[in-house]
Amino acid sequence: MNKGEEFKKSVKILYHLMMAGFCLFIMVGVLMTYYVFDPNFSAFKNHTETTTLLKEVDENIIENGIHLRTGFVYAEGLMTVINNCTNCHSAKLVIQNRMSKEHWNETIRWMQETQKLWDLGLNQEIIVNYLVTNYPVEDTGRRENLTNILWYDLEN
Amino acid sequence: MKRRDFVKKTTLSSFTALIGAEIVFGFNMLEGYNPLALEEPDPFKMFHKNKEMVLLNDKPWNMEAQAHLLDDKITPNSVMFIRNNGLIPEGIDPLSWTLTIDGASVVKEKTYTLTELKSKFKQHTYQLTLECGGNGRSEFNPPAKGNQWTIGAVHCASWTGVRLRDVLEDAGIRNDAVYIGYYAADVHLSGAPNKEPISRGVPILKSLQDETLIAFKMNGKDIPLVHGYPLRLVAGGWPASVSGKWINRISIRNKIHDGAKMTGKAYRVPCDPVAPGEKVKDEDMCIIESMPVKSLITYPKSGAIIKEGASLNIRGHAWAGELEVTKMEYSIDFGSTWKECSIEKPANRLAWQHFSGWVEFPKKGYYEVWARATDTQGITQPMVVPGWNPKGYLNNACHRIAIKVS
Repeated sequence: MNKGEEFKKSVKILYHLMMAGFCLFIMVGVLMTYYVFDPNFSAFKNHTETTTLLKEVDENIIENGIHLRTGFVYAEGLMTVINNCTNCHSAKLVIQNRMSKEHWNETIRWMQETQKLWDLGLNQEIIVNYLVTNYPVEDTGRRENLTNILWYDLEN
Repeated sequence: MKRRDFVKKTTLSSFTALIGAEIVFGFNMLEGYNPLALEEPDPFKMFHKNKEMVLLNDKPWNMEAQAHLLDDKITPNSVMFIRNNGLIPEGIDPLSWTLTIDGASVVKEKTYTLTELKSKFKQHTYQLTLECGGNGRSEFNPPAKGNQWTIGAVHCASWTGVRLRDVLEDAGIRNDAVYIGYYAADVHLSGAPNKEPISRGVPILKSLQDETLIAFKMNGKDIPLVHGYPLRLVAGGWPASVSGKWINRISIRNKIHDGAKMTGKAYRVPCDPVAPGEKVKDEDMCIIESMPVKSLITYPKSGAIIKEGASLNIRGHAWAGELEVTKMEYSIDFGSTWKECSIEKPANRLAWQHFSGWVEFPKKGYYEVWARATDTQGITQPMVVPGWNPKGYLNNACHRIAIKVS
């Protein structure tokens, strides 16, 4: 290997390195310019999927364990409850109540006999389990202490 | 993300379950689906209610007051509780609205337009106490089913209308008349056109009282839509469900009215007292008539901190269904001792009465001011929650407020 060839090779390496550096520079530049206009790189994502997700999130946001739209506790059976129990009346009516399994089943029967509720089939057990688990009956005695008192100064 | 996915999958699978087949492209189905929750109007604005009112239910609308909101002697619309059983009727036209008097015990069926009602019969104005039968339900143990009212399902507005008696007598009441029943224009929650949300009534004797009105004005103005525009039956002192909203027909019945929420366990309590939680057969339940004696401290708002040595002015209202309140007392030592305070006569029969007093506290500390009323028959409000009943009606336990002396 003579000195001439060695020099040529060095130049070639240097050239490749410079070209690689230049390409990298251009690529980074393009990326940065793109980032200014579309910071989420949304153009590269599946559009249908994204909008579906966004719409769906509006409907069923869960925050601090609560399904925001209805106020129901996020737990097993939630969607079955929503789909069967909020068509006629508000979820607020359900959430206010505390009943035993037997009492809920009796209430469901009453709604079927007088309020046009459909046959719940296997969903009935899912619904009643959800209700008694997440909204359990508590013994409140014959008169409870006053709670949630908001104290304020009263000038006479 | 995991939660979203989970919820999304469960939503889809429950839709699938409903339809009974897998939904192809299900993931795209929710696109364009407009959540109703986002379009719902603000009930406080829509019904002109005070922002401190408590919304219990939005389908059907149910909203209650807090004690301190009810301080006015005549309750304004802004703090009147809402108890709806069905959906508010839409597109009401007062010009074409009619009221029909019919039934097995009517002499001649008659129909009146609003103008006819207003011009043909003498008009009367009464202040009438309307309390929901389930007011106080939230305190029953074991819990009773339904809207969990605390203390705010009561009001006493001024109602103007014609006497139900005058209208019934114009059509003619047969000797065998037992009951009247109202029918109204509201729509059942299920949307079924042949189902009525509520159709209650009163024995013929109550219907013939001077104060039982077919009202078209409340506090001097047209009745607000949510409270029964354009016509409401108003029967003070009885469960407010008797005072039917949006009424278009009244039947004179030759038997006890059997409309929606007259039968079963609705607005009924056990004929004989039962143990808490006991099962009661429908035939052992009796219709609630007059509401029991009760009172409410409307000033000050619970939670007041006052200086040691200062005396505290308290005031509020008391009522007793068909009866009058004769004595009003308060206690600051959980009922160990009671002091009497002044109680005014009612503006008219079946209107609530106003009490007021000055309370002294012996030393610093936490106190509760309890109030109790006694009616003309010597019956006094209980300090504990009264007789348990399956639907949680008639809780007339003493009201109390918290006070701190510092």
